[in-house]
Amino acid sequence: MTTDADTDLADTDLVTRLTGLVDALRGHGLRIGTGETVDAARAVEALGLAERELLREGLAATLLHGAGGRPVFDAVFDLYFPRGVGVPDGDGGEADREALRARLAEALAANDSAALARLAAEAVDGFGGYGASPGSDGWSSYQTLDRLRPQTLLARVRDEVRGRDGAGNFADRLLEDEIRRRIEEFRRLVTAEARRRAAERRGRDEIARRALAPTADRVDFLLAGKDRLAEMRRTVQPLARKLATRLAARRRRAARGTIDLRRTLRGSLSTGGVPVKPVLRRRRPARPELVLLCDVSGSVAGFSDFTMLLVQALHDQFSKVRVFAFVNRVDEVTGLLVHGAADPEGLNARIRAEARLTAWHDSSDYGAALGEFTDRYADAVGPRTTVFVLGDARTNMADPDLPALQDLTRRARRVHWLNPEPRTLWGTGDSAAPAYAELADMRECRNVRQLDALVGRLLPV
Amino acid sequence: MFTSVDDVSTRLAETGYLASPAVATTVFLAARLGKPLLVEGPAGVGKTELAKAVARACDARLVRLQCYEGVDESRALYEWNHAKQLLRISAGRGETWDDARTDIFSEEFLLPRPLLTAIRGDDPKVLLIDETDKADVEIEGLLLEVLGDFQVTVPELGTVTATRRPFTVLTSNATRELSEALRRRCLFLHIGFPDAELERRIVRLKAPGVDAALAESVVRVVGALRAMDLRKAPSVAETVDWARTLLALGAGTLDETVVRDSLGVVLKHQDDIQKAAAKLDLDTL
Repeated sequence: MTTDADTDLADTDLVTRLTGLVDALRGHGLRIGTGETVDAARAVEALGLAERELLREGLAATLLHGAGGRPVFDAVFDLYFPRGVGVPDGDGGEADREALRARLAEALAANDSAALARLAAEAVDGFGGYGASPGSDGWSSYQTLDRLRPQTLLARVRDEVRGRDGAGNFADRLLEDEIRRRIEEFRRLVTAEARRRAAERRGRDEIARRALAPTADRVDFLLAGKDRLAEMRRTVQPLARKLATRLAARRRRAARGTIDLRRTLRGSLSTGGVPVKPVLRRRRPARPELVLLCDVSGSVAGFSDFTMLLVQALHDQFSKVRVFAFVNRVDEVTGLLVHGAADPEGLNARIRAEARLTAWHDSSDYGAALGEFTDRYADAVGPRTTVFVLGDARTNMADPDLPALQDLTRRARRVHWLNPEPRTLWGTGDSAAPAYAELADMRECRNVRQLDALVGRLLPV
Repeated sequence: MFTSVDDVSTRLAETGYLASPAVATTVFLAARLGKPLLVEGPAGVGKTELAKAVARACDARLVRLQCYEGVDESRALYEWNHAKQLLRISAGRGETWDDARTDIFSEEFLLPRPLLTAIRGDDPKVLLIDETDKADVEIEGLLLEVLGDFQVTVPELGTVTATRRPFTVLTSNATRELSEALRRRCLFLHIGFPDAELERRIVRLKAPGVDAALAESVVRVVGALRAMDLRKAPSVAETVDWARTLLALGAGTLDETVVRDSLGVVLKHQDDIQKAAAKLDLDTL
């Protein structure tokens, strides 16, 4: 496709490799045009193939447009430009588990990253292989790590470093965390190595498509694990800042307003009826109010947490933000979200500990929660309020209490419902989504990317 | 400009800028491919400093356009010197209108702003467009034209095309997503926090009195702080500040009291300081 421009780069294998890399990146949702691919080829030409890390940086600089795609890029790069090919030469035979663990401990203590990379390859080689017949065999990072158990080396490595350097230094209290990070790095190396070998066996393109984690903003809220959620939370502040600038821009544009016909005509009397100077309608400088009603039950907690933090980070854009949480009872949690005091990690635990959210059972009940909200907190919703309901609308077979939601839509300026479930699942099982969707404006909001777009568009200005 | 990636590293290092391999590679490519370089990253990791260092390393003139909300064509590109034009018209009484008109729209009455300055002339230049994300979207359109072809059209004078492309650096703090079109025209470089080894060298370069052991401890503690999920993670600038503070305090090594008393240099929010103190097992403040 882009090879015409690179005739100097006669090495067709390299060109296929490069276009394969670009295709794999596109498959992960990164937008890369032909121009960038040509630039990448020119970068390869300028840098040469001698140094792999320089090549990595050069390709990243030409192909990526933002920092978000970097983790995916690194993993894909490792597949298409592997460190080595085949099985490294070693003594072969049955690997000795204890000997390898001892050498690993040594490398961790010395913080020797080259040795760690070598050991990762050896470990996969020795402990990662499964299956005997061709076709069903492969390499497993899970099995490697399970047999090697690098996390159990922590105490040993710590004592070794202490014994060598002596204690008493202030920075020594950080030692454990540092070793933990090195072990984490080793696990990452093992995963990459196993993936590389699997790719040799089953074809790069297949592995690049399936075995890579997507970028953080495309992970489903409902499927994200603990560390993915932590990664998402770190994006809250930058995202909020971005949204705030976008809101400010919308507000400025809206402030230009429409023409006030009556006052324009009256002003035109002094110029003989010719409207020389149009008069714009004045806007009331009222900042809108926001009410958030969040399901915090286990199934959707990750999504609610994220959105609550995001809205809280945007609080200075609104005259008033109130946040309510529910499982099957409603309670106000605005106070728990005060900026700075909120510890994002423990947020959900604190909400559940300090607010009364459950009656006599533990599963979410939208009907009861909506009913109680309209009863107890009727004063929270007025004609200037925009209400966001966050939840999957799964009522656990209880009464959805549609009149309560109807009442809410009548009194509020607008009611939006953000549903973290894919649209295809709405209405299946105990989901009351279609019924609620008829009354309120329900949107699918599965990942950070969708949330970003929705919040930017739906928030009132 | 540069012959190899190593050449970039050495020459930047001579000017006092220690570049990571990623930075050196990207700078080399930007110079080789003649494309603008878009640099993103947290505050205080040396984005602006990079442009200055390149200018020093290449003996080029640094032309800087500081972006802010409301920066417009007359501030970025060029402007006619209206006051001088009026003076010229009133001074030349008696001459015909045609003479005056051709005269007042000449070089003499043109005020070149950074973008035009960077494009005109034959001497090597580094164009720094700082905090691009602060500017309005309209300015991005202007930048597209200038950075795409390195030419500017002044209706009264004609099109000015760069005879020598300036080395262009755009910085952004990502308060606003820059348009995809602008990103496509640039090489992208994300400068993150440096690794421990590089940071130690930076500390020792910028705070020469610090000995190796102290630099090592400082960098380790800062590394731990960065892993802590704080509101504002300490940047390289803060690490250097801290090292200098420790020098001024006459502290030869880090210990509990010194860290507790000087943590405010590294962390800028009270709740961050409390959180860090708890995690580092300092006595409560």
